Amino acid sequence: MSGDFALWVFLSRTPLLWLTVTLTAYVIADRVSAATGRHPLANPVLHAIWMVGLVLVVTRTPYAVYFEGAQFVHFLLGPATVALAIPLYEHRKTVTRVLLPMLAALVVGSTVALVAGIGTAKLLGVPDAILVALAPKSVTASVAMGITSALGGDPTLTAVLVILTGILGAIMVTPLLDRLGIKDYRARGFAVGLAAHGIGTARAFQVSEVAGTFAGIAMGLNAFLTAVLVPVALALLR
Amino acid sequence: MILSLTLLLLCQLAGEILARTFALPVPGPVIGMALLLGVLGLRDRRPGGLPAPLTDGTLERTGKGLLAHLSLLFVPAGAGVIGRLDVLAAHGPALAVALVVSTALALVATVYTFSFVARRTGR
Repeated sequence: MSGDFALWVFLSRTPLLWLTVTLTAYVIADRVSAATGRHPLANPVLHAIWMVGLVLVVTRTPYAVYFEGAQFVHFLLGPATVALAIPLYEHRKTVTRVLLPMLAALVVGSTVALVAGIGTAKLLGVPDAILVALAPKSVTASVAMGITSALGGDPTLTAVLVILTGILGAIMVTPLLDRLGIKDYRARGFAVGLAAHGIGTARAFQVSEVAGTFAGIAMGLNAFLTAVLVPVALALLR
Repeated sequence: MILSLTLLLLCQLAGEILARTFALPVPGPVIGMALLLGVLGLRDRRPGGLPAPLTDGTLERTGKGLLAHLSLLFVPAGAGVIGRLDVLAAHGPALAVALVVSTALALVATVYTFSFVARRTGR
């Protein structure tokens, strides 16, 4: 065994290497994002993901080996979700003033996300088995995968669609809502959290803390409502 | 900072236990968020006697530090997607159109409903 190869075998099996690759890719992507003034197309999630993916493909590293290291970062999603309570508490007065607009926007937005997703795919000839996996794409991955599994769909396909939806929503929100002349950051944050879950919420926090707070609320509420609406929508639209 | 992280984890742990014990349809961390909200409310109602990191802004800084890099936390799961893009093979273009159309419509419908009702209720 040559020396280089022995070193690689050692490194590729420790969490250290993959944790470092994850953080390095993110630091580069985040720097670029900051340098472009948080341009939507410089989305740090999107660019860090393909950089890590490229390293995995080039080194022929199985995802399971990568995740051994990356899981330490992934784990922090839980405490970060809990931490959403902190800006929510600080902005509680702003939030409680708009309970009614939030509830109305939740019901309308959740229904549109669901019906437009299933409807468009059905029109384009996507079979029913795949519509099940598509339906909960706007909610956070763990909940979406649970919904799909319960209805007999493929949770892996759901995970892919959820992440793609998150990135799309995070990229689209700024140019789309700028064009419509929407300046209310409560409404903008709520919309991106509803349509694009945590990745949209991350984008909202880049823009403003108020937007991020409303995105976090929308993400939590939509996870709950979508779980109720998906079976109904599928039954009606199939 | 350690005390703040411990508090976040305690809320998440309690949330997971509640979610599983009562088979709730809400993820454990979301219940943990509600619990932390309660803790913050109680803290401000009865000041005094609490450890400094919970009252001097350390908890807030720790939590916001995590949220400032929320994007990072999606990278491991996202990298998994790259290896599984094959599941899109058969219907890739149709699904791409469905994602773009429905995400755009959801954003627009949500933002207009929010603004309309906010204006109507004078908020």
